[in-house]
Amino acid sequence: MNETVRETVGGSASGTGTWTPVCPLSRIDVEGGVTALVGGRAVAVFRTFADEVFALDNVDPFSRASVLARGIVGTRGDVDFVASPMHKQAFALRTGECLDDPTVRVAAYDVRVVDGTVEVGGVRGAR
Amino acid sequence: MSTPAPRTPDRPRLVVVGHGMVGHRLVQAAIERGLTETHDVVVIGDETHAAYDRVGLTTFFEVGAEALSLLPTGVYDDPRVRLVLGSAVTGIDTASRTVRFAEGDLAYDELVLATGAAPFVPPVEGRDLEGCFVYRTLGDLEAIRDAATAGARVGAVVGGGLLGLEAANALRQLGLETHVVEMATRLMAVQVDDAGGAVLRRHVEALGLTVHTDARTTAVLGEDGRVTGLGLADADDLPADLVVFSAGIRPRDALAREAGLEVAERGGVLVDERCRTSDPHVWAVGECAAPAGRVYGLVAPGYAMAEVVVDALVGGPGTFTGADMSTKLKLMGVDVASFGDAFAATEGSLELVYADAVAGVYKKLVVSDDGRTLLGGMLVGDASAYGVLRPMVASGIALPDNPEDLILPAGRGAATEVGLPDEAQVCSCNDVSKADITAAVAREDDPCDSASCVTRCTGAGSTCGSCKPVVKKIVEDFFAEQGRVVDRSLCEHFAMTRQELFDAIAVGGHTGFDAVVAAHGTGRGCDVCKPTVASILASLLNHHVLDAANRVVQDTNDAYLANIQKNGTYSVMPRIAGGEVTPEGLVVLGEVARDFGLYTKITGGQRIDLLGARMEDLPAIWRRLVDAGFESGHAYGKSLRTVKSCVGSTWCRYGVQDSTSLAIMLEHRYRGLRSPHKIKGGVSGCARECAEARGKDFGVIATEKGWNLYVAGNGGANPVHARLLAQDLDTETLVRYLDRFLMYYVRTADRLQRTAPWVEGLDGGLDRVREVVVDDALGLGSELEAAMDAHVDTYVDEWAATLEDPEKLARFTSFVNAPDVPDPNISFGVTRGQAEPVLHEGPVDLGATIGVGAPR
Repeated sequence: MNETVRETVGGSASGTGTWTPVCPLSRIDVEGGVTALVGGRAVAVFRTFADEVFALDNVDPFSRASVLARGIVGTRGDVDFVASPMHKQAFALRTGECLDDPTVRVAAYDVRVVDGTVEVGGVRGAR
Repeated sequence: MSTPAPRTPDRPRLVVVGHGMVGHRLVQAAIERGLTETHDVVVIGDETHAAYDRVGLTTFFEVGAEALSLLPTGVYDDPRVRLVLGSAVTGIDTASRTVRFAEGDLAYDELVLATGAAPFVPPVEGRDLEGCFVYRTLGDLEAIRDAATAGARVGAVVGGGLLGLEAANALRQLGLETHVVEMATRLMAVQVDDAGGAVLRRHVEALGLTVHTDARTTAVLGEDGRVTGLGLADADDLPADLVVFSAGIRPRDALAREAGLEVAERGGVLVDERCRTSDPHVWAVGECAAPAGRVYGLVAPGYAMAEVVVDALVGGPGTFTGADMSTKLKLMGVDVASFGDAFAATEGSLELVYADAVAGVYKKLVVSDDGRTLLGGMLVGDASAYGVLRPMVASGIALPDNPEDLILPAGRGAATEVGLPDEAQVCSCNDVSKADITAAVAREDDPCDSASCVTRCTGAGSTCGSCKPVVKKIVEDFFAEQGRVVDRSLCEHFAMTRQELFDAIAVGGHTGFDAVVAAHGTGRGCDVCKPTVASILASLLNHHVLDAANRVVQDTNDAYLANIQKNGTYSVMPRIAGGEVTPEGLVVLGEVARDFGLYTKITGGQRIDLLGARMEDLPAIWRRLVDAGFESGHAYGKSLRTVKSCVGSTWCRYGVQDSTSLAIMLEHRYRGLRSPHKIKGGVSGCARECAEARGKDFGVIATEKGWNLYVAGNGGANPVHARLLAQDLDTETLVRYLDRFLMYYVRTADRLQRTAPWVEGLDGGLDRVREVVVDDALGLGSELEAAMDAHVDTYVDEWAATLEDPEKLARFTSFVNAPDVPDPNISFGVTRGQAEPVLHEGPVDLGATIGVGAPR
């Protein structure tokens, strides 16, 4: 199942039914993020240098502030991550895992790009 | 005669005569340096004890012989070393290369004399009477103790030097009424001057000892073969039951003399720089040796000689060319130290003296005629500064500006940190440098994790212990700075410092992060290097930080031109230059705060902070502020914050210059300058310093003649007062110096380094800054000024510019797909009539909870 989920990253089929279109891909800066309202929740959507798109819950679990989309996107080794703008903890874009504290993670959402439009699905692994 | 220990074929033999501290050290070095891989070693000592700590002899009555032993097992942990104790060598035949001792004749290939010294007993009548002792060996102490327990009540020590006082202390510990009889005018005449000797004497007398100076012993008086007292020149006889001679030492060179080896005029086996005697196979070390004709009565030079001999035997180049004769000891609880040119023998040298007769402290520094170099000194009563001072002499590093601080009691002088160079010798007993210590804590394989581990591994502090505080400080400093010093790389993406990166970007003419990382880095950057590059680019180009090329690399606050708060809202702080604001301006700030539900507070930088702004409201807030004539205050940037001022001569009856106008002018000049860290300034209109300018990165204080410029201060966790860079400047010169100072800082400081640690870290410190800024020693002055002029000429208010650019405004959106919906995760409570943030336990679902926005 994990394999399936991974394949959805960057835009193939998803296991969940609902996809929410949020914005054109061009609306997201390369290595930037935007906040989208998906099913009543604030979701941070990021675009990497390689033009992959990832989505995480926008709430930083350390500060409990809804801010992750405003963090700096970069790489740690080969891992794409976003640094919380609050206290700079790093979260892997692919998994939501906190790279500084493996016991902490944020929810990662399915996300795809369809005809230049970014669509966010459900929380990965929540089915 | 037979040879009792036949040589192993092909195994040359090293024979060491004497097993004192130096003989022991030589054997240790022979084992450590691998000499025992090729040589057998035989050590012959005439005492029955194996080597012990003779320096600590005075503690024998407290701790016993075992605690003093340097080889408690009596056996070396190397089977090729044989130790023979209680056996005196009685002859040396250099022709047949044999030594004679109790077991017979022993052949050697190399012979080391480490026979030490014997106490000097002046040739006075009665010196052989029962009750006369010397003070040198454990056996001597045992004999003195036996005499004391047999009923001696009064003891007299002949000699008021270092050893004499130690002997006196031993008698005192045995409960004897103790007299010290010294021929010179003061105690410890070799180490301290008359004033220091007087302080020492008071300490000694306070312990109940009686001191007789200017007292020459003419005879030991006796009755029935037993001591009854001392006869003194020009004084009454001194009754005593026990006499200890401790009036100096003489090298034990009799064996060498008899063997025909050359000896020095004043005694001691003459050796060359490699400690080789006149016979090529005989060496001499320690107190029995006389390198260049001089005998060294301290253990440290002896250790150095032992190392030199072993080095020579393993083919090394080591030489002994003299030694640091510094001394530090604690005598009867009194610190005494003497180092370098303690008696100001150097021509033109100057003395700095601190004396406190009540506390019993005397300290003297001897400095060069220009006051820049420490030549020597002496400390009595408080030798805590010894660890810092002695290496300063040895390494010749420059004295701080106020050298008296080094000897003033803590709390009266400024706490002066003295950075030691790596080559500074920290432990003179064991010749351990600062570099040796840092190497022990920094090594890859099993590094030392404490000062005590360093002492075990390097020997630093293991002999006299006087350097232990310095060892500890070096270890602590190392750990404290480890992260910064060990690897100066900015982060995993850039293996360079900020200064190197600054130069690389300036030279390369890069205008965006992508080009910089492609040219000088790896990967795609992170939250460390991206804001650093962003700051450097902004310093160099003065472009808008939200331009498309670099907006995603801006740090948290720059990214939204506001200061993020704990709940994800922002604070808004327009510039109020110099703290001057009109009533109309205050009204606007009040209205904006009221209309957007913002919490208001006066800041320490004489501004007004408006907190609790939702990100998407920032443009509307700033529209109002810009229309009212406000501009960005850059409270969010690593850049100039404020130039605080008092009302100055315009209003104040004490003011001598118009500080408010100058502060406003400076704040307008340097506003928006992106820098390694925030920059704060202050201008005070008189010496009362109401603007607290010396707590700022740059501070200007008015004088009758102009302005005094102070630099590199800050408040915060580690407050530092700014220091005077130049005085009585006219305004034009002041601005020129400030331009240079700030640009020099922007170009060369580390990331997130305020001006104070930057100056401290510069080679030469504030003097270096003065050379560059005031003297223009690098010829950089006009370039730095031109860079600042360019900054001033290209300044634009980045909030006004943002409001004019739809692309920049687009980022101030709550939800990209629902821009009219405020983020439900943000809500507020009310405290004292104003908004305060309320945090939620977890993410808020708009489907379940109605988001409560700030009151509109």
